[in-house]
Amino acid sequence: MTDHSADPGFEEAARPPRSQWRDVWDQFKTHKGALLGAGFFLFVVVAVMIGPWLWPIPYDAIDIRARNQGPSLAHPFGTDQLGRDMLARMLKGGQTSVAVGIAAMALSLFFGTLVGVLAGYFKRLDGPLMRFTDLFLALPLLPLLLVIIMLFRDPLRAAFGPETGIFILIVFVIGITSWMQTARIVRGDVLALKEREFVLAARSIGTPDRRMITRHLLPNVLSPIMVSATLGIANAIITESALSFLGLGFPSDFPTWGRLLFDATDYLQQYPERVIWPGLAISLTVLAVNYIGDGLRDALDPRIRGR
Amino acid sequence: MKLKSMLMGAAASAAFASAAFAGRGDDGHLNIIFWQAPSIMNPYLSGGTKELFAASMVIEPLARYDENGNMVPWLAQEIPTVENGGVSEDLKSITWKLKPGLKWSDGTPVTSEDVKFTWEYCTADGGGCAQQEKFGNVASIDTPDELTVVVHFEVPKPFPYGPFVGAQAPIIQKAQFENCMGPKAPECSEQNFAPVGTGPFVVTEFRPNDVISLKANENYREADKPAFATVTFKGGGDATAAARSVLETGEFDYAWNLQLAPDVLQKMQEAGKGKVVSSFGTLVERIMINLTDPDSKWGDERSTVKHPHPFLTDKAVRKALSMAIDRPLLVEIGYGPAGKLTCNVLPAPEIYASKANDSCLEQDIEGAKKVLDDAGWKPGPDGVRVKDGVRLSILYQTSTNAVRQDFQALIKEWWKQIGVETELRNIDASVFFGSDPGSPDTFQKFYADVEMYANNFDGTDPEAYMSNWRCDQIPGPDNQWQGNNMPRYCNPEYDKLTEEMAKTGELEKRAELAKQMNDMLMQDYIMLPLVYRGNVSAHSNSLGGVKINAWDSELWNIADWHRVK
Repeated sequence: MTDHSADPGFEEAARPPRSQWRDVWDQFKTHKGALLGAGFFLFVVVAVMIGPWLWPIPYDAIDIRARNQGPSLAHPFGTDQLGRDMLARMLKGGQTSVAVGIAAMALSLFFGTLVGVLAGYFKRLDGPLMRFTDLFLALPLLPLLLVIIMLFRDPLRAAFGPETGIFILIVFVIGITSWMQTARIVRGDVLALKEREFVLAARSIGTPDRRMITRHLLPNVLSPIMVSATLGIANAIITESALSFLGLGFPSDFPTWGRLLFDATDYLQQYPERVIWPGLAISLTVLAVNYIGDGLRDALDPRIRGR
Repeated sequence: MKLKSMLMGAAASAAFASAAFAGRGDDGHLNIIFWQAPSIMNPYLSGGTKELFAASMVIEPLARYDENGNMVPWLAQEIPTVENGGVSEDLKSITWKLKPGLKWSDGTPVTSEDVKFTWEYCTADGGGCAQQEKFGNVASIDTPDELTVVVHFEVPKPFPYGPFVGAQAPIIQKAQFENCMGPKAPECSEQNFAPVGTGPFVVTEFRPNDVISLKANENYREADKPAFATVTFKGGGDATAAARSVLETGEFDYAWNLQLAPDVLQKMQEAGKGKVVSSFGTLVERIMINLTDPDSKWGDERSTVKHPHPFLTDKAVRKALSMAIDRPLLVEIGYGPAGKLTCNVLPAPEIYASKANDSCLEQDIEGAKKVLDDAGWKPGPDGVRVKDGVRLSILYQTSTNAVRQDFQALIKEWWKQIGVETELRNIDASVFFGSDPGSPDTFQKFYADVEMYANNFDGTDPEAYMSNWRCDQIPGPDNQWQGNNMPRYCNPEYDKLTEEMAKTGELEKRAELAKQMNDMLMQDYIMLPLVYRGNVSAHSNSLGGVKINAWDSELWNIADWHRVK
């Protein structure tokens, strides 16, 4: 009895009410760009996760005699001003950038959605929460970051080591300074949805607030959330680069795509390829994520699905 | 303007064998670009280098420094010394004699009263004079006759060449500034923008933070100088654009302060329009070693003398760190022609530069390993050396700057080879050098094991600079973290040498003492000098007579500049 597929009766019963996610996937598949984007993003994630294991040159090996070289067999992406292999640095840098991007996006999405839904759904919370959002929007980002990093860098460094400590700090800092737009968009949508007939219907049969939010509101605001998620990844990667540039981010010898890009700008005229590699990686990843978001939005919207 | 100056140049070269012997104003127009724009022409009201340099074309001191750091008489007849009787035996007064027949640009004679007035102007109550330290300890100034100035000091001054020497202390005209004393000084914009001077040029128009137009001074003391009739002194932009305008497009003749990567400048120079010149003052990029423990477990007492460093107090470790560094490579990568090798924290002037430490010029990884082995530091399983449970793990901080981060990466690699683990940190320059006692990231607080930055001293006399490493200069909570003794070095013998220097007047003896102090610091390895850095400027190939000067204004000899054909 444990073997489900052997039981014809079970299969009969399971198939016709197709799962909702199956529908979503079918719709998603029809979006060529999204499929391509998902493929590329998956490729990038896999490459940066296992790439450093496969590529024999360590990212921090200095070979001063081989500095400023163009692409060759030994160094497919060339070398930088200290003779470090650009491919190894790109892979290692991608690891950090993608991880920071996804983690910070997830954090800001969580905050943003929470605040947005609460503010939109509960009238009493709307005022305070939205003023709180305005407060965050009005905060000058850079001085805030300086203070946060000054206060928490040393304890985190002692607890988790220099790299993990800074990773946690940066993800947190980017997360809590970029949730405000999501919150506003979600609140707006929830306010509109609240007045719709199906919500009224659900309420009239006594659906509790918790179910109301998870069953009726969240699925319907998923598309704006997805869009801000994709923008969030891009934003997080770029903010991380800016932080590294100001000396607030990771140690200077620890590559991220943003740092590689900033390091290369001095050499833009002489060795343009050094700007192109990280620049291309950032833009393609962001583009791919945007396409995924686009496809997901279409797939998640029941009104578009099937058309 | 371009055509005109070319025609003028052609005319000048046709008429004379060499442009250098041309008459006043024969070489036409000169274009200078400073990417930081001057806001005033009065150096007493601004500490900025750009203002000092701009003003040095118009107003001049009694004596100044030449390109080698030697003092040359300028408005004075000669340099007063104890030997020629110009400085009194007790070192408490100095007597200057003005050159006879000097005239201000308005035609009136220059007298000793003007010199005395300059002192009164700068020390007037409520004036906020930017160059006050130049007149430190001056008790009074006598003017026995029109050409003689006697400066009396409150204390014996072994080096009495502060007042009226160098671009920071030029002579201003009494008649012009008489009503601008004290609090009224900043209000006299007419005077501050167009001072009457003795220099080769006179201001015709001054637009603050933009452009200065000048013309040749009709009353300049040398009849055939300056060679240029007019000068445009353009301010603003950035270093890259300024370098390009001289080296690649040739729009300007002279550009100042071009701190760009060596290969970037090299590339621009290949355009063939101009050339990069550098001058070397006393600026040394160095690593400071913290002799106290920066561990955060000590709370407010971290990086104070109460807690000695767990392993950097071991001289063998410091020596090994120094030996592992390949200084020639650092110079080549970071500064190119704008850097020189040095093993001293006091690299210049010539007479003060020690040669006792030159062994540091060659990297010696094996030697460094041996030093550590001998001192009992044995490699652990991860390659990092350990002794009695203490790991050689270093936090290395500096300001954010592309060249400095490259240096950090290289040095980290070399230290890894000798079994020292390094963690890098870079801090925004405005925080790192902004001496805010509330910030944990300043270079005075030094919450790291080693830190890297550059430092120098004004003028040519190292006395004040060398007293930076006295015990009482150690920064700490009791003095609000002020003080320049970053390594927290305290050696009574060293303090004794600084006291002796303050009492010694003879130049050779002073040099000897300075060298001794430098050697003591270097051989204790409390500072690791990396690169002797220069100031970089560029001039067009058609501009002759430029002698770039790190001890005084870069425009110090602008009267001799001329057009080469």
